[in-house]
Amino acid sequence: MNAKQVDKIATGILYTIAGFVILVLLALLGYILVQGVPNLSWHFLTAPAEAFSAGGGIGIQLFNSFYLLILTMVISFPIALGAGIYLNEYANQKSKVIEVIRTMIEILSSLPSVVVGLFGFLLFVVQLKLGFSLLSGAIALTFFNLPLLTRSVEESLRTIPNLQREAGSALGLSRFETIGHVILPAALPSIMTGVVLSAGRVFGEAAALIYTAGQSAPALNFADWNPFNATSPLNVMRPAETLAVHIWKINSEGIMPDAAAVSAGASAVLVIAVLLFNFCARYFSKVLYRQLTSSK
Amino acid sequence: MKQKWLWSLIAILGAVALTGAYLTKDKQQTINLNAVGSTALQPMVEAAGESFQRDTPGAYVNVQGGGSGTGLAQVQSGAVDMGMADMFAEEKKGIQAQKLTDHKVAVIGIAPILNPNVGVKNLTTQQLVDIFTKKITNWQQVGGANQAIVLVNRVNGSGTRATFEKYGLDGHFSAEGQEQDSSGTARSIVSSTPGAISYVAFSYLDDKQVLVPKVNGVQATDQNVMNGSYPIWAYEHIYTKGTESSVLQKFLRYLDSDEVQRKLVPQLGYISPHDMQVQRDVDGRTTPVK
Amino acid sequence: MDEIQEALTKTSKATKKDRFGRSVSLLALILILAVVISIFWFVASKGLATFFKNHVSLWSFLTGTKWAPGQVDAHGKPLVGAAPMIVGSFLVTFLSALIATPFAVGTAVFMTEISPKRGAKILQPVTELLVGIPSVVYGFVGLTVVVPAMRHLFGGSGFGVLAGSMVLFVMILPTVTSMTVDTLRAVPKRYREAALALGATRWQMIYKVILRAATPGILTAIVFGMARAFGEALAVQMVVGNAALMPHNLMSPSATLTSILTQGIGNTVMGSLENNALWSLALILLLMSLVFNLVIRAIGKKGAM
Repeated sequence: MNAKQVDKIATGILYTIAGFVILVLLALLGYILVQGVPNLSWHFLTAPAEAFSAGGGIGIQLFNSFYLLILTMVISFPIALGAGIYLNEYANQKSKVIEVIRTMIEILSSLPSVVVGLFGFLLFVVQLKLGFSLLSGAIALTFFNLPLLTRSVEESLRTIPNLQREAGSALGLSRFETIGHVILPAALPSIMTGVVLSAGRVFGEAAALIYTAGQSAPALNFADWNPFNATSPLNVMRPAETLAVHIWKINSEGIMPDAAAVSAGASAVLVIAVLLFNFCARYFSKVLYRQLTSSK
Repeated sequence: MKQKWLWSLIAILGAVALTGAYLTKDKQQTINLNAVGSTALQPMVEAAGESFQRDTPGAYVNVQGGGSGTGLAQVQSGAVDMGMADMFAEEKKGIQAQKLTDHKVAVIGIAPILNPNVGVKNLTTQQLVDIFTKKITNWQQVGGANQAIVLVNRVNGSGTRATFEKYGLDGHFSAEGQEQDSSGTARSIVSSTPGAISYVAFSYLDDKQVLVPKVNGVQATDQNVMNGSYPIWAYEHIYTKGTESSVLQKFLRYLDSDEVQRKLVPQLGYISPHDMQVQRDVDGRTTPVK
Repeated sequence: MDEIQEALTKTSKATKKDRFGRSVSLLALILILAVVISIFWFVASKGLATFFKNHVSLWSFLTGTKWAPGQVDAHGKPLVGAAPMIVGSFLVTFLSALIATPFAVGTAVFMTEISPKRGAKILQPVTELLVGIPSVVYGFVGLTVVVPAMRHLFGGSGFGVLAGSMVLFVMILPTVTSMTVDTLRAVPKRYREAALALGATRWQMIYKVILRAATPGILTAIVFGMARAFGEALAVQMVVGNAALMPHNLMSPSATLTSILTQGIGNTVMGSLENNALWSLALILLLMSLVFNLVIRAIGKKGAM
């Protein structure tokens, strides 16, 4: 067998492997969508859930998921951005302390989320008396999200060549200005990818929220947007069951007759939401990138 | 510089909006009642809480799951008003039961469930013990199909398992086997695994998915639990600590009222304690109700 | 003259801004650090209580094979042997990494070397989407598809290490693939050109040059995937069977550290031995992810040389 034949065979094998992986992934997605999409309807997307009779929807859970995602991102993104910038731009890369810090952050990212959830429960819900609330949930998710986000910000910054930094210095810009005007805009698309990926994880997270944001979704008054009222959707002190928690709950303890349908439908909605979120974030980061770097 | 102006404007507008919102918020004082614990009891208290809120302006019932252990621990530490539990507080280690007040709000029946291919219609307590201690490993030995037995246990420490071992297995501990922490998962595993046996609360019984054998010749029905002939059942408890606030008392009374006990409790597949002709104490002694 | 002197000796506006930026970003880092340390302290203090407060010996905890907190053995010692879970966790982790590696590397090579366009168009978005699927959904697909398939293929109940590994395989596949893609993309173009200029076929170039150059990165990707598999709870719990027994073979129901931890934590009372023992499992998880990270770091250092 000569090298050319081996090459052909190897290429064939690689095609097969890639094809198989695509098949597995698409089959998984297809399975979720095929099972779930027939259950979708406007009523399902907007109606409140039912505890023990058929015909419940996921309206409140869907809203909670998005609101919690936004809250989490508002809290965690600035912190992760700052820490990522410090680690990559300011910190002494050879320092042992920095290395230890990096390791610690990464260990946190592989901690099972249930541990983070229980920690959040004991600290925020019980000790700080925040109760089962969106705020507790958002902080717990921040804990869970920070290592990943920090890591992805840091990696994105690292891929920016040092030439850019030197160019900034040559123009007489301070390091801070270089970061703000040159490095960050250039790193934006890849930072955005990191944000989207972590948003996907946050969106689908259940175990960390069961003990923090809670697993009940009290009725909301969608006409009342005053964040200080108890039934207002914007109130951050109310308990809020998210979509992923809802799926977990009906799968494990649901006694409504249409539990399987609700669970399949909710899973499909979750996947579609993550899909939409991906597309939007990609589009916006492209637009923003063009504006900030005036490239095509 | 233009951007700076814009940002300050946004910040000022935001602050004004927040202050305005704070000043115009509902004047009504809200009283929160928090319940945490058993996931089995959660839907009932939640549903009762919703209708209670409608009749009692300002009250707000907040119900969360988390498991009986969490519920008892939290009510003991005073973090929540009500701890929902599937078992007597005395049965849980680390709980000082004498400091808590017990409210029995429902009775829950638990039945063994089998995969339909097993084909066994009746199991005696002795057979159940033998099956769960792995003395019997094939359904043929109890008159069923030639099929290996697959045990699906509930999690160690869960109320359902404790009740089943105490009254279904006569106090024997089940052998190690698969464990599942939720009724729904246990049921779907049993319905899809040939030769599987598990146990769930009556509300999860579904003839289309699983086979429900008689226990010692007694059908697993609400009626048989009420008259004391079906042995595997337990109370659902709500525990409170110390003096109860007036709103909490009102809510507990509401849980005991006919509105909840006649309508909600049966709807959820529970049995009302008012209907019970027998009662049980912590040690498992069953006595007729006077 | 004075003006110039003043301008030169006084801290400039840019420097002030720079200091501000530096302190703000440092503050963010310190905040994260505080979070990490508090969680570590929390888990460690609870996890160590099993040994110091409840006087379980560390050795019997790590090697004991009977897990029944709440019951005691003949000597009145609590039955907390974590060995079955430790073995189970390692088995599913290694097995899933073993299955995932060829697929992930093959796919990544396909995406970077053979058909970059199709790779970017189809595989990238699908991969990223899969990260967002909650593990509960993975678990249910596992329960309805993987477990019956295992039962038909190998007999038994279908629940077990193999079913858990299959589900984890699909879960870590996107992570390992996308990280491998990044590594392969980072291999300088001149390596490829040099190999092809020497008359190598595409496969020879991939096998002899690119994969060699990217080995440390690929290893990092695999270990990273293993770390995720080790910490995954909800999905594994549904298919692995959760029997705290030493796995006899790949088809016998067994348990992982996370599955026992997640299931038991709500049913135990804070501060009791049952609860502390579960936190000890969490501590093992924490230490293991420390080990995984050190491994990644060691590989990275070797690759840098």
